[in-house]
Amino acid sequence: MSNWLEITTLDEIPVLGSRVVETDTVNIAIFRGKDDTVFAIKDACPHKNGPLSQGIMHGDSVTCPLHNWKISLSSGEALGADEGCTNVYDTKVENGKVFLRNPV
Amino acid sequence: MKQNPKQNLVLVGNGMAGMRTIEELLKLEPEKYNITVFGDEPYGNYNRIMLSPVLANEKTLEEVMLNDDAWYAENNIRFEKGKKVTEIHRTRKEVIAEDGTVVPYDKLLIATGSTSFMLPLPGADKYGVIGFRDVKDVDTMVEAAQHYKKAVVIGGGLLGLEAANGLMKQGMDVTVVHIMSTLMERQLDEPAAKMLQASLEEKGMKFLMDHQTEEILGDERVTGLKFTDGSEIEADLLVMAVGIKPNFELAQKAGLHCERGIVVSDTMQTFDPNIYSVGECVQHRGVTYGLVAPLFEQAKVAANHLAELGIARYEGTVTSTMLKVTGIDLFSAGDFHGDEETDELLFHDVAGGTYKKLVIRDNKIVGCCLYGDTIDGTWYFQMMKDGTDISDFRSTILFGQAHLGDAGHGDETRVANMPDDAEICGCNGVCKGEIVSAITEKKLFTLDDVRAHTKASASCGSCTGLVESLLAHTLGGDYSEAPSKKPMCGCTDLTHDEVRNAIRKLGLKDHEDVRKSLDWKTEDGCAVCRQATNYYLLCEYPEYNDPESRFINERAHGNIQKDGSYSVVPRMFGGLCTPKDLHAIADVAEKFDVPEMKVTGGQRIDMFGIKKEDLPAMWKDLSEAGFVSGHAYGKAMRTCKTCVGDTWCRMGTQDSTGLGVKLEELTWGSWMPHKYKLAVSGCPRNCAEATIKDFGVVCVDSGYEIHVGGNGGIKVRVTDFLTKVDTEEEVLEFAGAFAQFYREDAHYLERTAPWIERVGLDKIKEAILEDPENRKALYERFLISQKPAQIDPWKKHADGEDANQFKSIKIKA
Repeated sequence: MSNWLEITTLDEIPVLGSRVVETDTVNIAIFRGKDDTVFAIKDACPHKNGPLSQGIMHGDSVTCPLHNWKISLSSGEALGADEGCTNVYDTKVENGKVFLRNPV
Repeated sequence: MKQNPKQNLVLVGNGMAGMRTIEELLKLEPEKYNITVFGDEPYGNYNRIMLSPVLANEKTLEEVMLNDDAWYAENNIRFEKGKKVTEIHRTRKEVIAEDGTVVPYDKLLIATGSTSFMLPLPGADKYGVIGFRDVKDVDTMVEAAQHYKKAVVIGGGLLGLEAANGLMKQGMDVTVVHIMSTLMERQLDEPAAKMLQASLEEKGMKFLMDHQTEEILGDERVTGLKFTDGSEIEADLLVMAVGIKPNFELAQKAGLHCERGIVVSDTMQTFDPNIYSVGECVQHRGVTYGLVAPLFEQAKVAANHLAELGIARYEGTVTSTMLKVTGIDLFSAGDFHGDEETDELLFHDVAGGTYKKLVIRDNKIVGCCLYGDTIDGTWYFQMMKDGTDISDFRSTILFGQAHLGDAGHGDETRVANMPDDAEICGCNGVCKGEIVSAITEKKLFTLDDVRAHTKASASCGSCTGLVESLLAHTLGGDYSEAPSKKPMCGCTDLTHDEVRNAIRKLGLKDHEDVRKSLDWKTEDGCAVCRQATNYYLLCEYPEYNDPESRFINERAHGNIQKDGSYSVVPRMFGGLCTPKDLHAIADVAEKFDVPEMKVTGGQRIDMFGIKKEDLPAMWKDLSEAGFVSGHAYGKAMRTCKTCVGDTWCRMGTQDSTGLGVKLEELTWGSWMPHKYKLAVSGCPRNCAEATIKDFGVVCVDSGYEIHVGGNGGIKVRVTDFLTKVDTEEEVLEFAGAFAQFYREDAHYLERTAPWIERVGLDKIKEAILEDPENRKALYERFLISQKPAQIDPWKKHADGEDANQFKSIKIKA
């Protein structure tokens, strides 16, 4: 049984930008890096639940729009002097299609 | 392919300068070297400037350790603890320690620091005669305090007074012997020194001024001192704190060129290209340093070259001084004596215990000496380093930055005396105690460190001066102050001005181009430099836009709220509206279930709690009713506030509302370095508060007064009067020209008020008032930039631009 969900295509996500995936239980932010790596992270900053999807992406991290915490998109950990962690999810890209491992 | 084997780096001297270099190097090139560190003290690296508080029982040794044994292990550093290096063999490239340990090096870093200068007096070799330099000295003093009563400190300088204070705290009866007639003569002028002496005497310290020691008395142990005037004093412990001397014997023996210290170039390289040196043992451009700030700057440069990046240069440091004696606030920097070509600004309140002196040359601060109230020390010092022209606020400068309107902190000027629960940072609720303990426990040295760890001063920044003072006061002696050249962010060493000039000179077209051409350290930059660069690019090329480099507010054309919803503020030109307008807004609010509405201070209506996905539809309705975006979310022109003017008001002198509408029609939509507000008042009663706006007009019977650079926010600042004109057309031209000059000259996130304080009003007058040709050219450029800016972003998005941003992908289980 495959638990990969096809969610969108690569060109529907702006480079260094994001989309929000809504599930029944959780909102997930999908980011696309400059090298077309796709990251998926719970759309809630470990600090005060800021929507990470609305932040500025750089390298493999994103700066939260509410209080400028920097969160690693690969580990979900807060970077720098801040401490905290949020969930990350597996993704893969095949033939321009973006898949998310079923988070539910 | 085989990888290049790691090179060997050896550090001789496990002190603050050397270890800071290693830390900086690990940040840049963690894998480049096998690192070995030799230290002749049996400890890890500790914070030497905190020895005074250790002696004064205010800190423990553990609290001042910077790198413990575990740190060396974690970083794979071979730590040769308690081993003194006796020889450097430069041809074999080896370091040899006294126990015979031999370690080869490819690169060697010498940071042997300094030792106390011991006066060559008869009897100086007796027991109980020590310097004040390391943990061993502190142990000796603490030990002595348990068995003996009388201590004498020779030297009334910074170190001597700190030692004396510590010994007093240890319960000893302390006399300070000083050869000069005033204390700390290298840091203080006479009045300040007298005030300092008086308050130390009040604490119980005794002084023998103008006394020169001739001989140290006693058999095995010191029992007293004899002075050149024949008098004597009893002493069970004698601390010599008359200065330090750089330790360079090892380097000299190895044949490296030394004068008063190990001579290094601007890259911290010695005369042997494989050997670098940092810290108190070096002599750079003829100067040796004994304070922390320069050492840290040197460490950064040395690390850069050890990492073979080869771009940093050390150009010397202007230092300042603080005394670490609890309850005493003192600050000095630069040439505080002055000469016949300098002026003095002086404030002296003997009874209140406050003394402030600024030495001014050509309207620039060249020296500063503060006693009692030192809160503005860091501010004065920054202006001194920057060479800021103070003519605009010369008459009030002694009253401090608070007087210029540092909201909320006006009365709290003595950081030393503040209670621990005094709130320093009002935005993030951070108290003095939290900041002080973060500084000491987390070993913080810079403002940026404190911001990262405590969030104090990390939001609005109005408490920056207080935090800097706390940092300086907690670390004492000196601390690593922000360099006067401030890089844009961690991704580059270039300043805002340098990046901007490069964009203009090299014609850089986009973000990639900027980062590649200017050797950015990071591939994509960060949130700070991307937003700044984006602004500079769009200022050069009005059509330019990279949404992913803009803050979400400007990307979503709404203000993100704490719950992730957005607010919507339609523009009402000059605050005027019709019943039809209000109906339209009410309809939209009902249709989209807006939970809260508010009339804003900018004379328009704010709708809160809008879901992002509803924004385009809402904008469509508003757009059809004739509204455009109010840019209440952007670093942009916000509003033009007006009073009713002569149409209705019996006091009005001109049509202020009508002029406000014209000004808003001219400037709306313009992207700015920061938010930008206008106002027009119809008479000098100034009901529209035009004198705290970025651009304010006060109408008078004979015309229009133009005021600039006001701010009603973090720091209230009243505008500077620019000029008076006769017609509305002239007002509009000035408004466009001033806005454009600000857009082209200010740094990103710098409002007009700090910008004008930084560059001086004269520069603005020259560009806009005294040069009509230039004013017209600026105005023309403003009009050109407004063409793309005034295509309403709401309508564009309502018509489908960037629709994905507002649409989420829904997955149902």
